[in-house]
Amino acid sequence: MKSTTSEIKALQTSAPPPLDVMQLRRDFPILERRVHGKPLVYLDNAATSQKPRCVIDSEARYYTECNANIHRGIHRLSQEATDAYEAARETVRCFVNAARREEIVFVRGTTEAINLIAASYGQHLEPGDEILISAMEHHSNIVPWQLLCARSGAVLRVAAINDAGELDAASFESLLGERTRLVAVTHLSNALGTITPLKQLITLAHAYGAVVLVDGAQAVPHLAVDVQALDCDFYAFSAHKLYGPTGSGVLYGKAALLDAMPPWQGGGDMIREVTFAGSTWNDLPYKFEAGTPNIAGGIALGAAIRYIDELGLDAIAAHEHALLDYATTQAAATPGLRLIGTARSKASILSFVVDGVHAHDVGTILDMEGVAVRTGHHCAMPVMARFGVPATVRASFALYNTLAEVDALFAALARVREVFA
Amino acid sequence: MSDLRDLYQEVIIDHSRRPRNFGPLAQHNHRAEGFNPLCGDRLTLYLKVSDGIIEAASFEGVGCAISTASASLMTEALKGKPVAQAEALFAGFHALLTGEPAPPDAAPLGKLQVLAGVQEFPARIKCATLAWHTLNAALHDREQPVSTE
Repeated sequence: MKSTTSEIKALQTSAPPPLDVMQLRRDFPILERRVHGKPLVYLDNAATSQKPRCVIDSEARYYTECNANIHRGIHRLSQEATDAYEAARETVRCFVNAARREEIVFVRGTTEAINLIAASYGQHLEPGDEILISAMEHHSNIVPWQLLCARSGAVLRVAAINDAGELDAASFESLLGERTRLVAVTHLSNALGTITPLKQLITLAHAYGAVVLVDGAQAVPHLAVDVQALDCDFYAFSAHKLYGPTGSGVLYGKAALLDAMPPWQGGGDMIREVTFAGSTWNDLPYKFEAGTPNIAGGIALGAAIRYIDELGLDAIAAHEHALLDYATTQAAATPGLRLIGTARSKASILSFVVDGVHAHDVGTILDMEGVAVRTGHHCAMPVMARFGVPATVRASFALYNTLAEVDALFAALARVREVFA
Repeated sequence: MSDLRDLYQEVIIDHSRRPRNFGPLAQHNHRAEGFNPLCGDRLTLYLKVSDGIIEAASFEGVGCAISTASASLMTEALKGKPVAQAEALFAGFHALLTGEPAPPDAAPLGKLQVLAGVQEFPARIKCATLAWHTLNAALHDREQPVSTE
């Protein structure tokens, strides 16, 4: 079910059937692992999520049953592989509610999708044009624009965030102008857990004639996305944070924009005709898919989306929200723990620092208790600078996490205090 | 808990809380910066070297308990040592952390032995060696910040 806006509404719908978490944990073979003699408590889902058996099997099935190159062979296996790959594209189209399958470009991941836009759409930027991002972007939504600015003479503008880690809408609006060509913002901050008011930002940006790219890497596992309702121009995400494989991802783009854009990589599959005098390009989406893609990865992404659809994104979001609420309450009751990122609208991420103990030391002690978290700057160094910390500890939740695992996290944090007593 | 105590020994906790020789050194004649981009540890090392002897060493910066304690213990160990002996100390220290046999010219480690537990935590070895790589840069007056990545 798609919400009309992709904001937090998914979290507020009336009582979706709850997840049977203990049952579905059996779908994830890795959750049976023990680490340092303790049961694995995997709370590093914002870095990458674990994979259900159906996704692992889907990759294996491609290699064992129909491994062949796609879009070119006339033989049976090639036809089956092509059908499976294109079926996955259709699954993705439904998942984000794109109008047309040509608008779904398979890429390596979010980073590649953003670089594709910078390389291709970026070609018509001129000196003095402006690109607007927010202060809570991941490095992958900062550095491609810095590179583009360096080669085009465009200028990078950065909308501020407040002390809670929320985007300052006034700052955002004040930085929009007649030279703003492109706005690139996250849907859900990987370092803070903030959900951005996308619909509002997109409407504002469009009023100035700018196109909007959304970094949806963190959002897609937690929030229903409807690219038509959002009216975003580009939406990028990775399979591996969505219970799918690494090395596979998606760029959604409005067909009219993609059609007008030049290719960014040349090679097989992206051409219609090649002569030494010149070449012509294939139709969408293949114009942007040069070379043999990650076929198994694309097919397995389709399997991951079907798995999520069966459980229901609303039920998943409600479960994760309960985990986050529970963890936030425990965090507030923990002396010496300071949350970094306290936005009113948040999902799935608890980022914090412990007084007098560096995040890396916290991470090592948690690991000894079997609790896997991310420690460091989370590829968001400017966010760390904004909050005056060198690093944070980040616990991030997925559909298979339990309240007992949140308890395990806080029990392990009590160990940190013992060691550093 | 025993494994964790191998890493976070009392001496290490103490040196991370109250690092010795912390702050700039007014009369330094060598200086280098170390940076571990993965965890954000940063330190600046100051040395006063005369006639081949390290007369004083100090550091400042931010880092985890392991990197701060290692830098603190290192500055203590360096004081009064000839440069050649400081380098021999690094060789011995590096062998201690990686579990390799110490080279024949390695100097006895003394108090630095408390960092032996780091050997069991491969992800943390770079934390313990950051100060020492920075020392190397300072002694050779390398301008570029040292990175342990």
